Parts: sequence; C-alpha cells; structure tokens
Amino acid sequence: MGRYVIRRLLQMIPVFFGATLLIFLMVNVMGDPIAGLCGEKQCDPATAAQLEKEFGLDKPVWQQYLTYMGNVFTGDFGTAFNGQKVTELMAAAFPVTIRLTIVAILFEIVIGISLGVVTGLRRGRPVDTTVLLLTLVVISVPTFVTGLLLQLLLGVEWGIIKPAVSTEATFSELIVPGLVLASVSLAYVTRLTRTSIAENRRADYVRTAIAKGLPRRRVIVRHLLRNSLIPVVTFIGTDIGALMGGAIVTERIFNIHGVGYQLYQGIVRQNTQTVVGFVTVLVLVFLTANLIVDLLYAVLDPRIRYA
Amino acid sequence: MRGATHAKWAVCAVAVALAATACGGGGNSGGSGGDGSGVVRSSWGDPQNPLEPANTNEVQGGKVMDMLFRGLKRYNSKTGAAEDMLADKIETTDSINFKITVKDGWTFSNGEKVTAQSFVDAWNYGADLRNNQKNAYFFGQIDGYDKVHPDSGTPSATNLSGLKVTGPLTFSVKLNQKFSLWPDTLGYAAFAPLPKAFFDNHAAWVSKPIGNGPYTIESYTKGSQMSLRKWDAYPGTDKAQNGGVDLKVYTDNNTAYTDLTAGNLDLVDDVPASQLKNVNADLNGRYINTPAGIIQTLAFPFYDPAWNKADSDKVRKGLSMAINRKQITETIFQKTRTPATDWTSPVLGKDGGFQDGLCGDSCDYNPGEAKKLVQEGGGIPGGQVKIGYNADTGSHKEWVDAVCNSINNALGNDKACVGLPTGTFADFRNKITQKKMSGPFRAGWQMDYPLIQNFLQPLYYTNASSNDGKWSNKEFDKLVDQANAESDRAKAVKIFQQAEGVVRDNMAAIPLWYQNGSAGYSDKVSNVALNPFSVPVYNEIKVS
Repeated sequence: MGRYVIRRLLQMIPVFFGATLLIFLMVNVMGDPIAGLCGEKQCDPATAAQLEKEFGLDKPVWQQYLTYMGNVFTGDFGTAFNGQKVTELMAAAFPVTIRLTIVAILFEIVIGISLGVVTGLRRGRPVDTTVLLLTLVVISVPTFVTGLLLQLLLGVEWGIIKPAVSTEATFSELIVPGLVLASVSLAYVTRLTRTSIAENRRADYVRTAIAKGLPRRRVIVRHLLRNSLIPVVTFIGTDIGALMGGAIVTERIFNIHGVGYQLYQGIVRQNTQTVVGFVTVLVLVFLTANLIVDLLYAVLDPRIRYA
Repeated sequence: MRGATHAKWAVCAVAVALAATACGGGGNSGGSGGDGSGVVRSSWGDPQNPLEPANTNEVQGGKVMDMLFRGLKRYNSKTGAAEDMLADKIETTDSINFKITVKDGWTFSNGEKVTAQSFVDAWNYGADLRNNQKNAYFFGQIDGYDKVHPDSGTPSATNLSGLKVTGPLTFSVKLNQKFSLWPDTLGYAAFAPLPKAFFDNHAAWVSKPIGNGPYTIESYTKGSQMSLRKWDAYPGTDKAQNGGVDLKVYTDNNTAYTDLTAGNLDLVDDVPASQLKNVNADLNGRYINTPAGIIQTLAFPFYDPAWNKADSDKVRKGLSMAINRKQITETIFQKTRTPATDWTSPVLGKDGGFQDGLCGDSCDYNPGEAKKLVQEGGGIPGGQVKIGYNADTGSHKEWVDAVCNSINNALGNDKACVGLPTGTFADFRNKITQKKMSGPFRAGWQMDYPLIQNFLQPLYYTNASSNDGKWSNKEFDKLVDQANAESDRAKAVKIFQQAEGVVRDNMAAIPLWYQNGSAGYSDKVSNVALNPFSVPVYNEIKVS
C-alpha cells in the first residue's frame, strides 16, 4: 500500500507540469494581456511597455513559465491586474466553492445513493420507472435552465430564498445553488447505484447473507451496498474536481464569488496570473481526489490489493 | 434503534434547511424612513484596476471615484457643464499659463487640509511613467510631460516642470500648447487631489481609499462589496441625500436585475439586454434610458490605398446612406441607442457643441442615392465590404449583421457586405494598432469629459492617440489648433463645429448611434438620475 501511494504521487508530477504548461500556453495564445488590462481604451505605448515589464510579459513564454513555476513553489502565484495577490483571491474564492462543492456532493451521496438503492431493489416497479424518468429529465435539461428556473420560482415568485447569494455565502444560502450544481451528477449517481445494486442483488454472497438469516437492513447496507458502491465512489471522486471547475454557470447565476467567477473574470480580462494560478490548484485537487478514490477501493473491497 | 437515529437526522436536516431559507427570505431592508439615513443598495462590477484616481479608466471604478472625490471642477449631472467645485478662480490671459486658486475650508475625510500641494503632488504622481497610471495621458498637455512620461526609455524627471506651487492655496500651470478649454477638463477624476496618506502608505490607502468627497469608505471587501457612508463633516454643498451606498459586486447583470425585482437591491445601472422588453412592466416605469457620452462609429483604414482614393468619400457617404439606423436601433437595441446625426453626443448640449442633424442627408437612409454614390465613387474596394468587430464581448455580431443586411438591400447585392469577426477584443485592438484592417471596422468613443474637443481631437487629429483609421486632414488639424487657441468659449465651440464639418464632408468615419445609459430602481428610492457618463448620481438619491 505504501509503495503504491508513493508510485501514484510520483506519477502526479509529470501530469501536474504537463497540465500547467498547457494552460500557460493556451492563455498566452489567447492574445495580448496588456490590451485586456487597458480595457476599451488603449494604453499609451510607454505605459503598455512599462506594464509588460512589470508583469514579465516582455520575456519569451518558456522563460515566463519557468519563472512562474519557480515562484509557485515558493507560494507566490503572482499578482492579478487589480493589484491583488492571486493567493488572496484564492483565499477568498476557494472556501466558497469548497462549501458549494460539499453541499453538492452531500446531495449526490444522500439523495443519489438512496434513490439508487430504492430503485435498484424495486426494479421495474412504478417507483423505479418514475425515478428513471425523472433522472432522464434532469440529465437532459441544461444546468443554467434549472438554475434560472429555480431562482425565478423560489427567489422572485415565492420569495423562499434570496435570488443572489451574499458575500459570506453560508451553507444555508448554498443549498439551492448546490442542488442545481449537483443535479446532473445526482441523476448519474442514482442510475449508477441502481444498476450496480440490481446486478449484485443476485450475487452469491448476498444469497448467502440472506440464507444466514441476517436482518434485511444489514444485508443491504453491509453486503449489497458496500460492494455496489465501487463504481459510484469512482464517479463521485472524479466529480469533486469537475464540480469545482465547472461551477462557472451556477456561480454566475446565483452570484457566488467563488472559483468559477474568478476564472471567468480572469479569462475575460486575459489575466494570465489568475487563470493559471486557479487552474494549477484545480489540477492538484483533481489529482488528489483521484488518488483518494483509488485508495478507497481497498477499503470498500479488500479483494482489491495493491502491491 | 438505528432507523430512529437516521430519521432524526433527516428531520434535523430538513429543519435546518427550512430555518436557513426562512432567514434568507427576509433580508435587510435599507430604508429607515425619509430622514436621509437610509442606505442605497446598488449593483457593481469588480473594478479592473487598483482604485487610484489617475488609474481608473472604466465605469465601475469611476463610480467610486465620483463618490469619494471632488476636484477643481465638477460636471453638472444634468447639463454636463463644467462648474467650479474646489476651484475658486482659474485665470489665464494667453490660454497657456493658468493661475489656479483653491477654495479655502476643504479637507480630506481624515482631517488633512486640501491645499495646492495636494493637487500638484497628485498630478505629478499621475503623470509619472514609473507609476503605471492608465490615465497618465490626461496630463499630456502640461509642460514637462515628455520628461516624466517619455514615449520610450526611462523618465528623466519626477515632477512636471509646468506645475508650480505659489502659495498654500494657489498654484500655476503652464501648458505645452494653447488650450483654452483646458480648465473644463479638470472635472475628470484623474485630476482629483490626493492626501499625504496616499504617498506615505500607498498599500493601506489602496485597500481603503481616503478622499474629499461626500462619502467615506466604511468597509471594502475586494471583489464583493464596498460600503460607503455619508461623511457628515463634508464641506461641499452637494452633501449626500442618503445615509450611504452599498455597492455589491454581481457576477452577472441578469442576477442583479433578478435581485432588483425580488426587492433585495435598489439600483441596477446596467439593465441586461434580454430584460429590456419586460423592464417597464417589471419596474412599473422606474426605468431610465438616457443618452450617455458614447458614440459608435465605423472607422476606415485610410492607410489602405483602396479606401483612400480621390473619390472614396462618395463610397463612404454611400455606405452611410445605406444604413437604416432607425430600424436597427429599434429592433436590435430596443431603443437603447439613438441614431446619430453628428459626430459628438447629445450630452454636450447645444452650447457645448452638439448639433442635431449636422450630418445631413448623408446619415439619412436613402437606398437609391446610396447605390448611386457608391457607383460614382468607383464601387466598393475589392467588391465587398467586410466590417471588422470583436466577437467576445458586447454582442456586436447582431448589429454588424443588421448593418450589412441594410447595406446589401440598399445596394441590391446580397454579397456587398459581410461581418468579419475577430476572436477577442485584445486581438482586434492588435490588428488595429498594427494597421492590419482591410475594411471598415467598429469604433466607439466614450468621452473623458463633456467637451466637443474630446469627441474630435483624440479621434481625427493627425496621429492622435485614438485615431484608429489614421485619417489625416490639414484643414481639420488647422481648425482644431485654432479652436484650442481661442479664448472665448462660444467661439472655440463654433470653430470645433467647423472642424466637425470637415469630418462630415470627408465622411472620415460613419456615425452610427449614440449609446444610452440604462438603469432600473426599486420603489424604495427616488430622485435617481444618470450623469452624462451614465454613472448614477448617487449623492442625490433619496431613500424612503
């Protein structure tokens, strides 16, 4: 197990460098950051040259990348165009998005898995058909439609929630946005769990457990569910990274000042430092989530062993 | 037993959710009676640059500057006229040397007196290349600017030689050329005075700016919210009529609009285009749509010989006549644009130089004449007009396509005009500065100050900073110089209008439409108006 973890950690290094280099190149290809910085009116050439020098944009791209990565390892992610340290932006944005992601993941786990278990155990019954149809609807409707619709109904028409999340972005305010963010993944989790449960229900070990006279609840939770959860855990694990990066739509609709918002701003303003910095952290989150998923396999199914 | 705990947990979760949403529904209302202590809750966008007067060149930062600072002059929120604010006297005999006297009794909100030195220090800072101030060019008319802000290389001086403090409240300014209307430019935020604290501890000042305007900053969370409160000891006559303003950053103007309709916000100064159809019904008429100092034009690449032949002006006039401005502003822009009939803006007013209908027939839709003129001018260069625009922001595609449709219909040739998108704004700007445009392209101008000079000189003077088409005309340049030297204001405006006539006769750029500012507000506030820069006049808003 220990050797496996070390090997996985070593594998993460080239992935990390490759991903950040790609992002760095892409952002630089997008155009001239100085023009983005000056806005609708052009900066005079002398000021533009001065700004280029200050942000190190007058050097070749490879040199910029090396300097940038060198700084990143000392914890310096550079300065955004509005004069704020990118680390400051991260300190403000990541906690918000992490809260949003936690809410979304909780919805996926609680609602998704429960619905999956219920439908998997009652395959072909009316409950099953209804839930299947519902998930189909959720998957086919784009997130921004669900988001805007809920915002309009709950926020404006019925006044149950505030349409826009405040600066603090507390857990309670993030319930609806979290549900919107989770909706599509939630439907997938339901379907994955349902299939997995339905398949394993006929497995030998389940029959054995029932034959031993174990209580139904124990059979389902300890034997059936535990083994059926492997594909679901894989999905949810990789979904953590996807949710954090993909929150752009949800965050825009509900006015959440998180990672998605900062990324969007960075791209619109061609702010290399912000975009590369945030994506670098997101890559790390993604890699770590994947590692944890792989380690969880062994916990869920002791038959899976790592050398 | 286990089942029981699960059920309990679920009940708790639901209870928490309900309680939370119930709290969320209430919200804090800004109002507290009509005693002028209510707080206006307004939408905001994240400012692009650090909040320094000489570094703020966009509208979001400009809102804060307008609340936080008062300069020598201030533009009347209705007429746009430059009126004395901190200036007691600005005297000149030759339109080059100005003697400025600052009014006594003004202080910054930290108690420091506003003196002549506060202005001179601020202007020297703004002009210095080493400080990267984006509005540095505003100081370009002052003597010695080329030393502190050379076109290339390092500055050889730190102070503008044209600025001299002559007393505690007086200083003199020497310009590098005659510019009679120069005092009228002093209402711009870049010319605001700065307290010592700005220079002593710059980082602290930027995180919580201190000014001399009717408001002070109570708290500022970058990227999310700024709370401004009325400064009770403010010495000016334009005291805040409300207790303060909360500027809230929105990720999307649609969300801000939704929040306004739900009653959680009092003022939105950028109504999303998709909501314009519903705005009157949603807000019960609490909607403002007035012209701002912004004009959209089509510029031409005069460096391309094909567009700069002897008869090319006929082609340009023909194209101008082929555009149905009225229809496009009504259908595409829902009347948030006004068809242009000159090259300035209605916010200047008649006395300021706006002349309704100066463009004459050339800006009227006349397909028959358009076709004739284009043919007389030798036809469209290359057989097809490609209108350049950037595709990333501002939904320019819609109107460019509409303009092309209009041209195609008028010329009876459905291949006469197409749009030519460029991916990003930055790339678009690059192509323009590198003179790579091969046909007309979108150009727009947002005024720096409400002066006719600002609509003509930077855009059409030979080699001027924003002369994107590189148009050059000796007659025009001569008239502009003459107007700048003229000490009588009314006469100067007249000569500028003559210069504008040269622009018209050559059709140096096709004027399309004036852009309006739009704002919606809640029933809790009243006396809401937009100034000529389309920024809400915050200090006059009343909260009921």
